[in-house]
Amino acid sequence: MLRFLVKRTLSAVLTLFAVSVLTFLMFFALPRDPVSGMCPRNCNPERLERVRQELGLSDPLVVQYGGYMRGVVAGRELGAAQGGHCDAPCLGWSYVNNEAVTDTLVRVLPVTLSIVVPAAVLWLLLGMGLGLVSALRRGTWVDRVAIGFSLTGASLQLYFVGAVLLLIFVYTLGWLPVPGYTSLLDDPVRWAGGLVLAWLSLALLCSANYARLFRAQLLETLGEDFVRTARAKGLPRSAVYGRHALRAAISPVITVAGLDVGAALGGTVITETTFGIHGLGRTAVDAVRAGDLPTIMATVLAAAVFVVLANMLVDLLYAAVDPRVRLG
Amino acid sequence: MDPYLRVTDLRVSFPTADGVLRAVEGVSFAVEGGRTLGVVGESGSGKSATALALLGLHDLRRATVTGQVTIGGRELVGRPETEIRRLRGRNVAMIFQDPLSALHPYHRVGRQIAEAYRVHHRGAGRGETRRRVIEMMDRVGIPQPDRRYDQYPHEFSGGMRQRVMIAMALVNDPALLIADEPTTALDVTVQAQILELLTDLRAEFRTAIVLITHDLGVVGQAADDVLVMYAGRIVEQGHVEQVLRTPQHPYTSGLLASVPSLRGDPEADLRPIPGSPPSLTELPTGCVFHPRCRHAGALGDRCRTEPPELRVVGTGGHRLACHLPTRERARRRAEDTTRAGVAR
Repeated sequence: MLRFLVKRTLSAVLTLFAVSVLTFLMFFALPRDPVSGMCPRNCNPERLERVRQELGLSDPLVVQYGGYMRGVVAGRELGAAQGGHCDAPCLGWSYVNNEAVTDTLVRVLPVTLSIVVPAAVLWLLLGMGLGLVSALRRGTWVDRVAIGFSLTGASLQLYFVGAVLLLIFVYTLGWLPVPGYTSLLDDPVRWAGGLVLAWLSLALLCSANYARLFRAQLLETLGEDFVRTARAKGLPRSAVYGRHALRAAISPVITVAGLDVGAALGGTVITETTFGIHGLGRTAVDAVRAGDLPTIMATVLAAAVFVVLANMLVDLLYAAVDPRVRLG
Repeated sequence: MDPYLRVTDLRVSFPTADGVLRAVEGVSFAVEGGRTLGVVGESGSGKSATALALLGLHDLRRATVTGQVTIGGRELVGRPETEIRRLRGRNVAMIFQDPLSALHPYHRVGRQIAEAYRVHHRGAGRGETRRRVIEMMDRVGIPQPDRRYDQYPHEFSGGMRQRVMIAMALVNDPALLIADEPTTALDVTVQAQILELLTDLRAEFRTAIVLITHDLGVVGQAADDVLVMYAGRIVEQGHVEQVLRTPQHPYTSGLLASVPSLRGDPEADLRPIPGSPPSLTELPTGCVFHPRCRHAGALGDRCRTEPPELRVVGTGGHRLACHLPTRERARRRAEDTTRAGVAR
């Protein structure tokens, strides 16, 4: 188990390294002066030159990359106007936002986590519940309704569902406040009230895939020989499903859920935009638009970290579910 | 003594898009305790569908099962699932062809056997169950059962996995064991061991065994009686000795001739049956075997129009569904020869 963990961690670090190098290179490959984006207003040649100096843009690429990574690992000195020393993990200074990128991330990460984590719990419960019900009642109207629901969900767009929900619950019925983010630690009720529509719309859309996936997987598993063995033993239906079929059908769901959650944590741009909540996704889009190199680097790296972590978690869960994986 | 298992006019059919698929058509047989009935046939001959019907394992939403299956005096067909469930695993147990896929890959083998025991012994404690399971694992020849108890199926070899299946099947002392191709997925040497184990256990527990196989060698080795199935029907039935030594149905003879022999010229010996089994949704008229039968023309149109009934031939319960049994053909040949001799 330990060897498995070490191996996975090493490959995760390698992946992150590759992502950071690529992002770095990609930015400089853009046909645009990186500095222009960082000096949006009152741009005079002196200021441009100062930024260029502070970013070390005249140094060779390798040196620049080295400096950046050193900042991430050990912290580094920024210019006096940027608050002097920047503690590790230092992701640089955003001239657009006029703050240390680390501070930006610390501010927006809880927002995205607050959207994605409860939404993921909801969409998994809803999706697997629907899948289970329709597999158990295959061919009946229950099955048809559930599958119809998930087909509808899969064909809808988030901004549409979100807008409809907003119209109903906020602007017509007035049951919910206008969406927004409040820290969970400050006021849990307002936190939930401001985000619940985002959770619901994400859950509605994403659960559709899980319902169909889980249904198909369950039906396939029910045809497996070991399920027949379980029935041949004289086990009641509940045990055949609960102890034998469900556990075997859950592996692919873990895989897809891991990928989905990882990707969602990297930024739920459309959700954030629809509900006017400023999370990691909006931050990333804004940074790209403004050509804000340090923020782009940081958001891409954060997204990569989430995807890599989610993948590791999937592997661990797999090993927990399937004893055959533990050997490898 | 009343036979433990009695099957009367069993029919299993599946409605499909191409019409009704008749997998089993009016099959009757009986097995007594301590005896093994071999059921032989190609794939699609209805042997597995028969086996599943013996445990009521068909999905009744998709299959129609009629006839009678009486196990230990209790009728199975048409009874509610909860009632059949109490028989499964306790009175009738089943072992399957591929022990790897038949065992749950995520559960420890000990737990899987224990589960079979506890479902029919509600009061059994942990310690008692474990002792019983380990005793059973030991009985079927799994070495170090105490250690193996906590291992997973993928840590077992093919033969050992089938032993696990057998332990699981026998843990409740069932009076009837159904073995559906129990040795097909195994190496030949392991095959012999498993068959020997089944024979030993049958003698020890007086279990009735239904041994389903496509392999006549397996039948010769382990069965007392044999039932040859073709296209969902019994074509020949009797003691193993009779049927394998003096097969009367052309299909049985064909099966025997298509088994490679170590004696004589292997090339010349091997004679496959021409053609392939009929589609079960569009069965031939008359005798279902006539399109593949070399002798179908000998009786004019009779084989093509009139389905032969299963009737007793000779002694000792040898039954046959054929208009022109081997014995009759031999007699005719002899007559022809005599007539030719006289003419000359």
